[in-house]
Amino acid sequence: MTAQNEIKKSILASLWFMFLTFPIMVIKVNTVTNSIEWRWHNMAIVGIGAFFLSMLWRYLLKRKEEGRKKDQSDGLSIVQRLLHERRFALPGLMIIGIFTLLFPHIFSMYQTNIMISALIFVVLGLGLNIVIGLAGLLVLGYAAFFAVGAYSYALLNLHYGIGFWIALPIGGIFAALFGILLGYPVLRLRGDYLAIVTLGFGEIIRLVLENWNEFSFGPSGIKNIPKPGFFGIEMSMHTTTIYIFYIVVVLVIFTIFVINRLKNSRIGRAWVALKDDEIASQAMGIDKAKTKLRAFALGATWAGMAGVVFASKTTFINPASFTLWESVIILCTVVLGGMGSIAGVIAGALLLILLPEYMRDFGQFRMITFGAVLILMMIFRPGGMIEDVRKTYKFEK
Amino acid sequence: MDFEYFTQLFLGGLTRGSIYALIALGYTMVYGIIELINFAHGEIYMIGAFTGLIISSVLTMMGMPTLAVIVLAGMAAIIYSCSYGYTIEKIAYKPLRNAPRLSALISAIGMSLFLQNYVLLAQTSDFLPFPSLVPNFAFWEPYSHIISSAELMILLTTLIVMILLTLLIKFTKIGKAMRATSQDKVMASLLGINVDQVISATFVVGSATAAIGGILIASHIGQINFYMGFIAGIKAFVAAVLGGIGSIPGAVLGSFVLGWTESFFTGYISSDYEDVFAFIFLVVILIFRPSGILGRSQAQKV
Amino acid sequence: MKPILEVQNMTMDFGGLRAIDSVDLSIEKGQIVALIGPNGAGKTTFFNCITGIYTPTSGDIYIYPRGKEERLNGLKPNIVTKKGLARTFQNIRLFTSMTVLENVMIGCHAITKAGIMGAIFRGAATKAEERLIVKKSYGILEKIGLEKYVDELAINLPYGAQRRLEIARALATDPFLLLLDEPAAGMNPQETMELDELILKIRNREGISILLIEHDMKLVMSLSEKIYVVDYGKKIAEGTPEEIRNNPVVIKAYLGEEIDE
Repeated sequence: MTAQNEIKKSILASLWFMFLTFPIMVIKVNTVTNSIEWRWHNMAIVGIGAFFLSMLWRYLLKRKEEGRKKDQSDGLSIVQRLLHERRFALPGLMIIGIFTLLFPHIFSMYQTNIMISALIFVVLGLGLNIVIGLAGLLVLGYAAFFAVGAYSYALLNLHYGIGFWIALPIGGIFAALFGILLGYPVLRLRGDYLAIVTLGFGEIIRLVLENWNEFSFGPSGIKNIPKPGFFGIEMSMHTTTIYIFYIVVVLVIFTIFVINRLKNSRIGRAWVALKDDEIASQAMGIDKAKTKLRAFALGATWAGMAGVVFASKTTFINPASFTLWESVIILCTVVLGGMGSIAGVIAGALLLILLPEYMRDFGQFRMITFGAVLILMMIFRPGGMIEDVRKTYKFEK
Repeated sequence: MDFEYFTQLFLGGLTRGSIYALIALGYTMVYGIIELINFAHGEIYMIGAFTGLIISSVLTMMGMPTLAVIVLAGMAAIIYSCSYGYTIEKIAYKPLRNAPRLSALISAIGMSLFLQNYVLLAQTSDFLPFPSLVPNFAFWEPYSHIISSAELMILLTTLIVMILLTLLIKFTKIGKAMRATSQDKVMASLLGINVDQVISATFVVGSATAAIGGILIASHIGQINFYMGFIAGIKAFVAAVLGGIGSIPGAVLGSFVLGWTESFFTGYISSDYEDVFAFIFLVVILIFRPSGILGRSQAQKV
Repeated sequence: MKPILEVQNMTMDFGGLRAIDSVDLSIEKGQIVALIGPNGAGKTTFFNCITGIYTPTSGDIYIYPRGKEERLNGLKPNIVTKKGLARTFQNIRLFTSMTVLENVMIGCHAITKAGIMGAIFRGAATKAEERLIVKKSYGILEKIGLEKYVDELAINLPYGAQRRLEIARALATDPFLLLLDEPAAGMNPQETMELDELILKIRNREGISILLIEHDMKLVMSLSEKIYVVDYGKKIAEGTPEEIRNNPVVIKAYLGEEIDE
């Protein structure tokens, strides 16, 4: 009876989706030749796909319902347990560390370059994680801060010849300043406004960079940005790449260190409190706007520094590298990996950047998959792949 | 400044504002009921335009008379947009109704991304030419240099939609249920209102007005692509916030204000940063009057 | 004696609704004052106005730290807390994902300073501050009698203990005035009796003044030195428990036989 019922529901879903996708999926009008292409096979695919997916959907929803009733205290995943067991965590970290150190020597320069890009996104993901994961603020224009950092370095270098190492903190500070300017009026309002305003800000920055030729050289961008120097020593292409790789690795480690410190601090506690209950937090003396602004500015700082590294790595930047899609990808790494979870965000960023690199055919489906991932994660696994387990303070007398 | 140019800009702004209003209504209605920014709303509008284009092309090639094409394609666009709106709510928002707001918001962004790329993959990333559905009426010829008949059509349609919507909300049973639900969801459900149904109805009605907006603007501008919903959606959202999100007359007023501001700004100053303008506007409103023109600031319950 | 809190002519409107209608109130140092009235009389709104969650439509709220007059109207809630007014909530608002100790530690937020740099570099000053917070928070928990729950998640506490934790958290902000919004709501007689003792202890040992909203008349009558009665946003009586008990207006308004229990 129930099986019959399930099949009936799935058939209905299947019919519904065949109807729903009919004009877009089946008909393709060629307005030049004035002809129509009927793609009936697509309807078949949608029908069959919807049938099984709707079954899976209902099954997962049901499991989620049941899971909620059960006590979730033993719901730690294998990864989390491994991370919390010292005897597994230490050797594990050592293996990862040695692998990372050897990576550029084992793999080709091409691979190393891809890894550098992925690690830049790890830094971006961790930075956004401060804002979303720790402080619970949804920022949709994160790439704008990335752009601020990258252009800071490119322009400072172009006009004043400032080098990478000085530009790195400056880029971070500039991005933070932008963050404060933008966040100050908006952070006192409800969270959804922040999402839209930052989205708008991202677009403004991109449009300004594209249109203000005298300042940013428009869509053609800035070329010949120097790679980071090492006490003025001349380095070959190969050595420089390895050098940048290590710089990014150090930046990742530094970021992890900072986030860990922040999590277990007065500020970190205030963020958790604000996420739990804004009114009670304020009644305890927490300045809502200021505390949120700190998270926002910190997140922007990291995007800015990542931007400087990015500019030095590619030696060429233009506005096309800082679109809404970049922001969405970074958001996706955080959501997929696990909001608030450092290990999760690293895993998410590596997965989302490396997978498409090695699966070129998958390229065109990348964005639609990201969209689906965002929805599905929120519904079925809001904590992400590796859920963050907040370390609570244990009292020792 | 000569008066005719001013009139042109004024009416141009009114036309723009009408389109924004048709989209903004969906935002504001959904927000009024479930307090969620439906990021995918712009995509519903885009899908309405695509469906209208596809169906009208098919019908035209089948040799149907123009009037029948307009009516049928328009109906198809509305029906499909409504169906998409309904389905989106069921998939991406309903399972998250009791989840933190952040989750629903991220899901909404995911849905927007999904739909854009769905149309991109299934159709094309190119701009498609959209036939002008509104002919140039002969009787309107003397005035057409000030406002074209297509623009006139947009204004009239918007007006009719507004009137119908007001009647729907004021006098029908579902309209009353919507108002009750937006005031207090728990109370409404205790009084026997089926909240799920009301939410679905809200998405359907909002999608219908978005579809109308989609066809009108597509036929006016003459081309569409998968990305059109994004900027239009954002601007409509700004209009909704400007008017006071959750308030239906506010959304209309906000849309006209935004339409006029853009029109005069581009007409008298510069069109380089046309799209930036809405965002700056948004930030300024949020600083000085976050509750919008017609919105009332609500006291938080403690 | 000089008051520590003085509310003059305070009015609060919500749209067309007048929730509080020119109410006066004053509290002296070390006093326990009760604010009573039927449900919906505007008591919690009164608290929200004083603690900065709402800005009153008109009227003045003054405090007198070190003899100097300071006006509280329009200050943000966190600033009001810093000035020394701490509160609890009628519908318990604990930080559910935090432990009992951490909840109290959040209460210390207002009196500590460590910022981002302190958090990242964790210098000697920050470490000392953290140690101080922990020690102080544990001390408060001991005082309130919650030390056995120290590492428990706040949400897992029994109901009465959650109400006490709210008080502990408020005490951590070092207030001179504690505003308790229905602290005995949902407590059994045993718990209410303990609460009675606790409130007296807080006042007697720390010299903290207390303003409480409460429906439990026994508790109100035994604790308070002064009672204000509000109804429909208006103050209808004030006086000692004895005076209130015998005030015909109050009896008529709502107390009736409840008082003779």
